[in-house]
Amino acid sequence: MDQLFHLFIAPFLEFGFMQKALLGALLLSISAGPVGVFLMLRRMSLTGDAMAHAILPGAAAGFLLFGLELLPMTIGGLIAGVIVALGAGAVSRLTIQKEDASMAAFYLIALSVGVVLVSMRGSSIDLMHVLFGTVLALNTDALMLIGLVAAITLVTLVVFWRALVAECLDPLFLRSVSRLGSPVHFVFLGLVVVNLVAGFQALGTLMSVGLMILPAAAARFWTQRVETMCVLAMFIGIVCSASGLLLSYHFSLPSGPAIILSAGVSYAISVFVGRRGVIHGLRPRTSHRTA
Amino acid sequence: MSNAAVTFSDLTLGYHGHPAVHHLTGSIRSGSLTAVVGANGSGKSTLMKGIVGMLSPLTGRCTVVSGIRVAYLPQQSELDRSFPARVIDLVSLGLWPRRGLIQRHTPKDRELVSEALSAVGLEGFETRSIDSLSGGQMQRALFARVLVQDAELILLDEPFNAIDARTVTDLVDLIKRWHSDEGRTVLVVVHDLDLVREHFPEALLLARRPVAWGEATKVLDPENLLKARQFNEAWDEDAPWCAPGQENTDHGHQHSVVAGRR
Repeated sequence: MDQLFHLFIAPFLEFGFMQKALLGALLLSISAGPVGVFLMLRRMSLTGDAMAHAILPGAAAGFLLFGLELLPMTIGGLIAGVIVALGAGAVSRLTIQKEDASMAAFYLIALSVGVVLVSMRGSSIDLMHVLFGTVLALNTDALMLIGLVAAITLVTLVVFWRALVAECLDPLFLRSVSRLGSPVHFVFLGLVVVNLVAGFQALGTLMSVGLMILPAAAARFWTQRVETMCVLAMFIGIVCSASGLLLSYHFSLPSGPAIILSAGVSYAISVFVGRRGVIHGLRPRTSHRTA
Repeated sequence: MSNAAVTFSDLTLGYHGHPAVHHLTGSIRSGSLTAVVGANGSGKSTLMKGIVGMLSPLTGRCTVVSGIRVAYLPQQSELDRSFPARVIDLVSLGLWPRRGLIQRHTPKDRELVSEALSAVGLEGFETRSIDSLSGGQMQRALFARVLVQDAELILLDEPFNAIDARTVTDLVDLIKRWHSDEGRTVLVVVHDLDLVREHFPEALLLARRPVAWGEATKVLDPENLLKARQFNEAWDEDAPWCAPGQENTDHGHQHSVVAGRR
């Protein structure tokens, strides 16, 4: 019992930075999980990844001008993310070009521009900070930002829920009964951007999309309802945040990647043993019902 | 014409400057049941999109009486069947015109949804996931959604594709009930001409331009059908521009057959 306490509880009680890291990661899980579910259901998971990279040059410009400060890097990231989201969204909505083609180009350019910008002023440690985040160094300001984003995300999801579902399920129908189709797409892209910017502080540009996509992708293997899937994605995110932080504490692993790795493990487990996973699908059925 | 549900005045709809529905004038009487017939590429689906407002006219106007609810069942649904939803979720989308984005669904709404499901013979399918439905079951679920929409004007684009005979009979009965008992205005794109002759009082025969419009049996006489076949489905990239006052001259199509109604 004592050992369990030392393994799982003590690290969070003893160290303030662990508490803040846990709180930040929990808020991110709650916020990004459901956003990731819709991202996945719209087949936009890679778009999310590309948008996460697109945030880098904005954040890097903030860093170049003001150093490692929360506000300028956040604002820079937001601006860059919104530009890319609007641009790519508009291209896919208004032309026959699909989003994936332009997104791939976008993110390579953005990543290289971002790395060049950071290197112009900072060291390789700064670069690592921007790319992989420092969840253990979250301060109160960053936590406030993440909390604000989580609140905005949950309220927006509740308000636009019906339109989001309709837009995914039957976009043509939504267009025939309402003008909300296009606006709701952009509202959603906005949610993706603010969540990525919030995640950027803790997990860095390369990892921030991880808490969005992996729990959602894992949840897909367990349920056939969107509501359940969102809740499950939140739950998986929370568990993986805690376990990732513990792994990082006990084995001196980098904290952000440890969290994402935990989420990756939960995904791998779901792929195999999930109710809609590989093993269940491969199991030969020797019996069947009468109707 | 005070009881027209939809009025077309010299309506031309098309894509990239090429007409798909050419100079259509006339009106659809409120409470009528009309079949829209014609070959592939004759402008049937385009007309539906024009009425529902998803395609703006190149010239002319298409006016739907203001304030009426319109339900539209497209030919090529963009429905994502892999989306994790149940039949009841799909059919409940039809409550949108009444409840919009945030109003709660009442118990009465839910009753309406289950009534619609039993009207199309899908009782017991409420919690089935939509990816487990057969093609015909899906089509019936979409009909149930149209029922729930409770629209005054109903547009169905080839609703009987890949549907078995019994289901077609059921759905036709449903359509006829909308028309006769409930006084709704219904427009259906159909390919089966026998079906039209048997069940539809009125028909509009399109071959990009309107060939004939009126009582179904008269519209579908051999002479009209022959006329409807003689149109060039492919676009002519170098076709001259169709200008006002140029009608009935030398640019290869006629406008005089337009049959305005009542």
